[in-house]
Amino acid sequence: MSLIDSLPRIRSLRVPRADGLIPWIVPLGIVLVWQAACSAGLVPTRVLPAPSDVVLAGWKLLLSGELERNIWVSFWRASTGFVIGGGIGFAFGLANGLSQLSSKLTDTTLQMVRNVPHLALIPLVILWFGIDETAKLFLVALGVFFPIYLNTLHGIRTVDPQLIEMGRIYGMTDGELFRRVIFPGALPSIFVGIRFALGIMWLTLIVAETIAASSGLGYMAMQAREFMLIDVVVLSILIYALLGKVADSASRALERLTLSWHPAYRKD
Amino acid sequence: MQEALHFRSIEAEPVSSAEFVEEARLLRRSPDASRGLSLTIRGLRKSFGSNEVLSGIDLHIPAGQFVAIVGRSGCGKSTLLRLIAGLETIDAGTISFGEEVRPQDLRVMFQEPRLLPWARVLSNVEVGLGRDRKSPDAQARAEKALTEVGLAEKRNDWPAVLSGGQKQRVALARALVSDPRVLAFDEPLGALDALTRISMQRLLERVWNDQTFTAILVTHDVAEAVALADRVLVIEDGKIAHDIDVAIRRPRQRGSADLAALEGSILRELLRGDDRVET
Repeated sequence: MSLIDSLPRIRSLRVPRADGLIPWIVPLGIVLVWQAACSAGLVPTRVLPAPSDVVLAGWKLLLSGELERNIWVSFWRASTGFVIGGGIGFAFGLANGLSQLSSKLTDTTLQMVRNVPHLALIPLVILWFGIDETAKLFLVALGVFFPIYLNTLHGIRTVDPQLIEMGRIYGMTDGELFRRVIFPGALPSIFVGIRFALGIMWLTLIVAETIAASSGLGYMAMQAREFMLIDVVVLSILIYALLGKVADSASRALERLTLSWHPAYRKD
Repeated sequence: MQEALHFRSIEAEPVSSAEFVEEARLLRRSPDASRGLSLTIRGLRKSFGSNEVLSGIDLHIPAGQFVAIVGRSGCGKSTLLRLIAGLETIDAGTISFGEEVRPQDLRVMFQEPRLLPWARVLSNVEVGLGRDRKSPDAQARAEKALTEVGLAEKRNDWPAVLSGGQKQRVALARALVSDPRVLAFDEPLGALDALTRISMQRLLERVWNDQTFTAILVTHDVAEAVALADRVLVIEDGKIAHDIDVAIRRPRQRGSADLAALEGSILRELLRGDDRVET
């Protein structure tokens, strides 16, 4: 039922409205000013290439197939690491939110590990895994783990106890109680965790790929730096920004789909 | 008018019956016409830590009776209701129903609607079916219960868009959908505005009349108690201080002299302690 109900909303997203364009005014303005400054010779192209040069560099890389390959590799690493780390974080969040024993057993340890910046592990990770895929996946998974763990745990612990009591009175089994009361109640908080995690996912991947990789967007940027191809460096950075935005929009769309009951998510 | 009141006290000193409107007594519905359960409580005690909230309650509620429990806040009236509903464990004593009860025979309605915000109105009502949720006629029963509280057209809405009174009506439909034989109300109208309260009171009276369950209403509003109940129990210091029959013919006229007189005398009883402190 909820899927059918949300269909008109999706349709309305496709129709461009004046409102939907407002967020793009500022980025577009920046690009225009940037192009104008480069064309007028105010900014030397060796410091910052014009947007048109960046687009041109992107077009060339696209034709050679290099760009798609690197984007795909980075996207694959990001999503795989996210699924692994997020999945484990979610599982621990559930276990520790629902079981006192599990919480007592693991929460303290996890909180200690959390306070180690995961990027500080890069030297160790390189020693363990080399510059293999495993190293990048490990780092992304580790970075993504904590925001999802913490927010899932928080979401489950803060479900309205009156609703849980209601569910028990009305004879819900533990499974039903979880499916109909606890999980939907924790969902808004879980989404906060997902959005934090998406940010950390890109950050970790960029750092990991610039330091230890033989493919991917970060590797492409580092290679370009070696050959002084500043337009490709800027291109990689812009693609990161774009991919970040895409990930954020995807999670928002998912939020809108699953949290349509929530007053805060009902129509903008 | 053939309306009357009976007043009897169990433990505390009786209020003089002259304080109450004294008229002939009405015949109440015969018990076998009701599908409600009777309820017998013997020597019920409950403490939270060192604080004894209920100190020996003895009470019999015949099947189909509408009983209101009033008292000051903290007197133990909500605890009594939660014990009857099985939401707290009993320290000593017994609560027994006339026959064996299934979980769906006993339903509670709280001051908060406690609707699932992520479920549409109709599926919130279906929650009330308990184990029968998966039966093929579940949706039809939920729709019938919604119609009964006059919210059939809201079936596909989210609870967030309903007013406070409408949410409570959905909660009532959820409590009614399993055709309970005892319905316990824990100040269900406490958070509503005055006009909504009155229309909700009428609704409660109507469904009780139609479905003939045994109703136990905890309220701090004495006017509500005398308007709805067959019998008002006044709880003081963890005991039933007064047990008052309200034999005023239904439908009762809100604001009528009889109801007002009875309300006044119960209030006087409840506030007697205050006067003692002041003087």
